[in-house]
Parts: sequence; structure tokens; C-alpha cells
Amino acid sequence: MATYHDEGVVLRTIRLGETDRIVTFATPEHGKVRAVAKGIRKTKSRLSGRLEPLTHVNMMCWRGRELDVVSQVEVVEHFKAIRGDLERLHVAMTMLEVVDQVALERHAMKAMFQMLVGALRTLEDRLSPALLGSFLWKLLVLEGVGPSLDQCVGCGSDSELVAFDPGEGGFLCRTCRRGQSVGTETVILIRQVLSGGLRAALDQPPSRATAESERLAMLAAEYHLDRRLRSAHRGAEISTVAWQGWSTTIGLDAVPADQVPDAEAAPSAGLTPGVGPVPAAGGGSPPLAS
Amino acid sequence: MFAGPIQELVDELGRLPGVGPRSAQRIAFYVLEADRDSALRLAQAIVEVKDRIRLCERCFNVAETELCTICSDPRRDRTIICVVEDPRDIVAVERTREFHGTYHVLGGALSPIDGVGPEQLRVRPLLVRLGVEGVAEVILCTNPNLEGEATAMYLARLLLPIGVKVTRIASGLPVGGDLEYADELTLGRALEGRREVNG
Repeated sequence: MATYHDEGVVLRTIRLGETDRIVTFATPEHGKVRAVAKGIRKTKSRLSGRLEPLTHVNMMCWRGRELDVVSQVEVVEHFKAIRGDLERLHVAMTMLEVVDQVALERHAMKAMFQMLVGALRTLEDRLSPALLGSFLWKLLVLEGVGPSLDQCVGCGSDSELVAFDPGEGGFLCRTCRRGQSVGTETVILIRQVLSGGLRAALDQPPSRATAESERLAMLAAEYHLDRRLRSAHRGAEISTVAWQGWSTTIGLDAVPADQVPDAEAAPSAGLTPGVGPVPAAGGGSPPLAS
Repeated sequence: MFAGPIQELVDELGRLPGVGPRSAQRIAFYVLEADRDSALRLAQAIVEVKDRIRLCERCFNVAETELCTICSDPRRDRTIICVVEDPRDIVAVERTREFHGTYHVLGGALSPIDGVGPEQLRVRPLLVRLGVEGVAEVILCTNPNLEGEATAMYLARLLLPIGVKVTRIASGLPVGGDLEYADELTLGRALEGRREVNG
């Protein structure tokens, strides 16, 4: 059986049989690779800690007919800070899900791989409010479905762009407007991201523009993928639990009042339904602007 | 391919996890050739497990009565709850004979990519238990993988403000393992979680 070497980022894993997993990698030379990691769920497996999602590895695989088999793995980066922070994990998982959807098996994707690793390194360093939006916009451009930002996609005029419609392929002026309304600052931010100003965009503090850019990029990505990004929506529920009223997220309102832990017994609890508790000390970085 | 009842049995066995068509055929013929009593014992065991086993009302472990054997044991320490993903994890922890508290089975781990959010897990009953059982410590004993870690972080964020002590099981090297082959993340955690040796 032939073997091959490549770099890879583990996108996801699914259980196979008693002790194996099918691991999906994004690789620069071989595109999306699905390979069986044998015995990975055993405690003493040499592979288990190396093939968790969100790990950047050098690997060697045996080529199989449908699924390859992982032979050796060496970790390049673990992205430990991302793993330890729910907000960053949510952003990373969304990026991995999108790449999993876009990447094709056995089709080299050097640019997309570099972009993914670069975005993960940035995220490991800090949670930039513009990161997820910027990543998605650049990925859409890479896939040939980037938004038209120079002029209105409806009439071609140079007047101010005030709306975004993924179906139309870009932004629209006041006369042609339909779809989502867009602030001027957001258009400026997306232009900056797509015209070489990524570094400056990533340094921006949370604002309406960073949040809107992310929302619209997600909308565009979901439109072109023709599916909902589950990590983005479910992950947001999980990572924002401490900020947006956790009791509603898990339905604590439905618990009879006498069964809810006594707020007075734990003065710091903030357990009033609908009121988010104070985040735990050291419990992560500030929330994304919403 | 076979006479009706055998083919039916092969088809049913083939639905079981880890049982392929060849294994299903082998088991079906084993059952056919076995004496009637042992075949009936197998059938009866399947019927009983479906009829008599339910989930413990308190911890969601598998149980024969309202409460599982652990929750109904007065010697167990009710002030410590060990949160696990699956009833099979309880068996694993029990085998250590190191834990004498009670359990809470979440029924899975958070996995946004698979659409599993907090409302799919038994988080709410855990919070209710904290209120009524006078719990002092919650041990987050979810799997040390991405989903398990995310679940532990999520629960810690929910539980810490309540004022309960929240601990996470340690990660490290397996006994009998070899440092040379340990992966960096595990070895790194083993170093982080090192403890002082007292003579």
C-alpha cells in the first residue's frame, strides 16, 4: 500500500467501531483527507492526543480505496489557548466546519490551508472581533463567490452601498436595496479586509461594523454552501451562555421556583432567571460585540 | 437468501453495532444450533433489559427502580456529584473504587458541529440537584477530548457563580505508559498537573 506525507489540520473526528475514529484533515497537497486512526480511543493510544480536532500536524498515511489509514502523526501546533476558551473555540469550530464543507477530497488547497492555519494562529494569539467575518469573506473570495463591493450589483452605480443580498452577489445602493441593510462602516471594514488591510481590520475593537461583517459573512457562506453552519449557531449559544441570560438557554425558567438553587444562600450567584451571572474570574476573554 | 425466520434474525443481528453481515450470519446459525434453553435465555434477557431497565430519576444512570443502586445507597456521599457523559462512564469510575459520591449522567457532550447544544444534555436537572441536595463539590468527569473539554468549560461557567466547588478530572500519562511516545498535549497537562512528592 502506498504512503504519503502531508501537513494537516484536524477538522473533525467521528467514532468508528469500538476503538477507532475517522479523522478528517484539511491538507495543502491532498485537499480534504478522511483517514482511519486505528485504536485511537484506547487510553494508551499514541495517536489520541495528537488527532483531536483543531490540531495542526505533520502526518503520514497509507492510501486506501475510500478511507486512508493514519500511520504516524507529529504535532506542529495544539492551539492550547483556543481550547481553553469557549469564545475562541466557537470561532475556531465555525472556521473548521466551513473548511470541511468547502474543501474537496484529493484536490490540493494550499491557499485555503495557509489561510486556515494563519487564522488559527491569530486566534491563538487573541480573539479579534473581526477575525471570523474576515476569514469567511476571504474564503468566499478564494472560492470565487466573493461579494462585489465597488459598485451596486443592481444598477452598477457608484453611490453609497446600503444593503447586502447574497443572492445578488454583493452590495446594493439605496435605489436597488433589498436583503439586509448595512452600515457604511461595515462596507468600509469589508473593503479593508479584502484589499490588503487585514492586519488593521483585525486590530479594530468590537463595534457594530465588526459584528455586522461577521453576520453578513455567515449569511453569505450559508447561502453559497446551501446549509446552516451548525457550529456558528449552536456554538454561539454555548459560548455566550454567561453573557446572555444562561437560564433561558437551558430553560431554567421552567424549573419550579422552590427547586431552583437559593440565590440568597449563594449571594454571588445571580440566579434570577433571565439575568446572566457574572462571568467566572479568568473564565475567558470579553464577549464579541453583539 | 435463507428461510424466512433465519433471514429475519440475520437482518436484525446485522443492525447491531459492530456486527457485519458475515458475523450476523455466524451468530444466527449459532443460535439455530444452540439448545432451545440457551436461545430462550438470550431472548428473555433482551426482553427484560427493555422492560425492566429505565433511567434513575435522580442521576439518569440505568436503574431497575426509581433510583439506581448508587443513588439509593445510603453510604454514598451525596455532597459530591461526579458529572459524566454516559452511564458506561460510571462503570469506569466505579472500577477505580476511589470515588464514593454520587453521579450525574449528562447524556452526551456539547458538540456544536453535530447540533448538540446545552438543551440536549441534562444540565437543568443537575442545577436542580445542586439546589435540593446540598452539594459541596461537582467533579467534571467528561471525556478529555474537544467536546468533553468544551462541556466542562460550559458547566464550570454555569456552576461557579452558584458558589459550589467545581473540579475537573486530571489528564496525564497512563500508568505503564512511555514518556517517549506521549503526545505533547497530554505530557504538557501531566506537567501542569504535577504534584509535590511527600517523602
